[in-house]
Amino acid sequence: MWLTRPLQERSTQIFLGVLFAAVLVVTSLHLFMPQDSALHVSAFTVTLLGKYLCYALLAVAVDLVWGYLGILSLGHGAFFALGGYAMGMYLMRQIGDRGVYGDPILPDFMVFLNWQELPWFWHGFDMAWFAFLMVLLAPGLLALVFGFLAFRSRVTGVYLSIITQALTFALMLAFFRNEMGFGGNNGLTDFKDILGFNLRTDATRLGLFIATGIALAIGYVICRGIVTSKLGRVSVACRDAEARTRFLGYRVERVQLFVFVVSAMLAGVAGALYVPQVGIINPSEFSPLFSIEIVVWVALGGRATLYGAVIGAILVNYAKTVFTGIMPDAWLFALGGLFVLVTVFLPKGIAGLLQKRRKAKTDDDTPTGQEATA
Amino acid sequence: MSICRSLTLLLIALIGLLSLPATAQEDDPGKALLINLAEAPASKVEEAVNAIVSSGDERARGWLEAYGNNRLSRVKDTGQVVLVLNNRGRDWEIADPLTGENLGEMSRRELDRVAINNRIRGQLEGILAMLDLNAKDPDVREASAQDMMGKVDASLVAPLEAQLAKEEDAAVRNRIEEALAIYRVSEGNLEAVDVLAGSLHPGARAALNEAARSDNAALAASATDALESIEQKLKLNRAAETLYFGLSLGSVLVLAAIGLAITFGVMGVINMAHGELIMLGAYTTWGMQQLLPGQPGLALILSIPAGFLVAATAGIIIERSVIQYLKGRPLETLLATFGISLILQQLVRTVISPQNRTVVTPDWMSGSLVINDALSLTLNRLYVLAFALIVFAGLMLIMRKTRLGLEVRAVTQNRAMARSMGIRATRVDIMTFALGSGVAGLAGVALSQLTNVGPNLGQNYIIDSFMVVVFGGVGNLWGTLIAGLSLGTINQLLEPWAGAVLAKIIVLVFIILFIQKRPKGLFPQKGRAAEG
Repeated sequence: MWLTRPLQERSTQIFLGVLFAAVLVVTSLHLFMPQDSALHVSAFTVTLLGKYLCYALLAVAVDLVWGYLGILSLGHGAFFALGGYAMGMYLMRQIGDRGVYGDPILPDFMVFLNWQELPWFWHGFDMAWFAFLMVLLAPGLLALVFGFLAFRSRVTGVYLSIITQALTFALMLAFFRNEMGFGGNNGLTDFKDILGFNLRTDATRLGLFIATGIALAIGYVICRGIVTSKLGRVSVACRDAEARTRFLGYRVERVQLFVFVVSAMLAGVAGALYVPQVGIINPSEFSPLFSIEIVVWVALGGRATLYGAVIGAILVNYAKTVFTGIMPDAWLFALGGLFVLVTVFLPKGIAGLLQKRRKAKTDDDTPTGQEATA
Repeated sequence: MSICRSLTLLLIALIGLLSLPATAQEDDPGKALLINLAEAPASKVEEAVNAIVSSGDERARGWLEAYGNNRLSRVKDTGQVVLVLNNRGRDWEIADPLTGENLGEMSRRELDRVAINNRIRGQLEGILAMLDLNAKDPDVREASAQDMMGKVDASLVAPLEAQLAKEEDAAVRNRIEEALAIYRVSEGNLEAVDVLAGSLHPGARAALNEAARSDNAALAASATDALESIEQKLKLNRAAETLYFGLSLGSVLVLAAIGLAITFGVMGVINMAHGELIMLGAYTTWGMQQLLPGQPGLALILSIPAGFLVAATAGIIIERSVIQYLKGRPLETLLATFGISLILQQLVRTVISPQNRTVVTPDWMSGSLVINDALSLTLNRLYVLAFALIVFAGLMLIMRKTRLGLEVRAVTQNRAMARSMGIRATRVDIMTFALGSGVAGLAGVALSQLTNVGPNLGQNYIIDSFMVVVFGGVGNLWGTLIAGLSLGTINQLLEPWAGAVLAKIIVLVFIILFIQKRPKGLFPQKGRAAEG
């Protein structure tokens, strides 16, 4: 079974072990350490870490398409945001009549815009199962249509990157419009509770953090499973020599489409977990800058390693938190410099550095590209 | 009314007699006229004004305007009549009305205002307009006739007809006829409706609308017909205007994209910092204007070469420091240059300011070219359109006719072969990249005249520029030109019924779909170059 195979791999076991340990440590430090202790982890920090884990899952999704399929998507933020909006719509409906205007059905911004009834696409989002399904389906469907058109006509490489960027840019412009019915500029916010739990309480926040950890673990195993399967090997072949793979008789566009859609769904899940933790979703998540930032997390961590993407996402976002706190002006310099330095000096990222050291020690490690066959 | 009429009649009659140029003699006749006006008792003021009008003196307009504005005064001691240039405060600045010479300041106690009554003031506007109708410059005559549209009353009909009889300029004649027709339509004249049927002036439409609602059935019917034919013409003009705005937007896109067509299309380097190079060009214009205060025109012209040089230098630095190490890795190049674009943006924010800077538009670029009453083309956009075409032609020449262009094309097609023929490929890389970047700088200079100059300027254009290049077909300058102009026009055509944002989204989606259909753009490269 392709999903259980990764569990027998040592690298996956180590990754899951570290992730489990980290979540456990944070949880116990939050629950059992007294408030005034230096080791106590506040609810704020827990939420912050939860946010990093969402980004890590998003980075894993990007690494799956970039590292193993050779498609540099500059529009994964769009899938992330769509998942987030699906979750946001559910949370908006959960507010019920506790909004500022007290309308039992219409969210505040619709009352504000003088809308009389709920638009058709808002129906069903009051049910959790439907909303969670849409978290997967909305990004998945977009990826399916977009990927079907793009891969069928063999748009690859830089062209694909640029049109994915145009896609997320167009969506950003669209979601900024009030007429779209997604809250326009302000997006969706002022959430009250999720599945009946109050979002403001520490317990719910901790629960969301743990849920994100679990989602990341599952997402990682799924990606690893795909990568180590036969399909994964074909997708690596597409990455390295697309034309040759096609001549060997593989339906390249189907492989690409499948991996792309899975990746988009994972990004959607990351977005859905992100929204209740930060408490807002607005069109800025669609901005091309955010999408390209994701790519640099992966590049820094090391592409085609999956765990590298996790390291990169957490490192860069931790740096962002620190930098924007101390000297906000310097952050863009640092981020820009990171783009340049990583691509010029660290083409394989941090994971590449780790592998090099390991290789020097044991000399029996296999390069990432061939790991799949092991 | 009768006084007004007699006054203007007299005026017209006298103008005909006295169209001799004023002579600057020792004994200036103007002096006597002004003193006559200043000394006239209330009952004789009209005569005095008429005397000035009928003198045909070119300075008459200035005098009468000053008179109407209470700016004509008399020095108590000498009895000299003077123009008051500034009547604020205790001391007033005065000038000689005959020579225009500034006489310095004088205490207002020593001055005696030349009195004017409200009746004369009310007539002055008409008098001045008629005065303009006799000006030598046909443009002034046309403007004043246009001013009269809708303002004609019974008293002005006769003098206007007299004016029409001797007017030779066709445009002015049209204006006067229309001005008269507006009055006549309001009097119920059927023939005048036909005259107005060809007019695009809002006054004509207002008069016809009025007539269409009148009780006179024949008049109402013909006025409705006339309105319809005007509406047709207006539609045509609006279409022309949309086309103009579309081409203008397109020219901006072409300018922004044409540098990219060189670096991306010809060299294959994805330069995400292209937008920031445009921004540098725009800031160069701003900097030039700071260096040359008070001469925005000169600064703008100087910033054309300066903007090119600044952006080209920045391009060379980028190429040498980063891009050369990433040869053959397009996706990495994309990321690295994106990093550079972030650094450049933040640099401008830190060093200059996060706020937008104002770039002054020189006089010769502001204003608009009036085609007719419904259509006028803004000059700055016209200049940018021309500039875009010139830059395009220049680039075409460089690529087709110079040694550099030949070498660039050779290196693009087959790098190894070109090098073995003795072409220094590295040097060609640098030159090409500098050229593409320099053109981005030129785009920035032009854009500074149309949009705000701020740190985000480049960001707004980068996606559009890539779209234009990809849509037109990579490696094809003609494709870029046509793609840019057509995308701009499509965008403008969609805007009236979809709104600006939705129009942009539709265009983006259109391009995304188009690329699925024709992955190589409108004009794909053919032959060996395509495989390179």
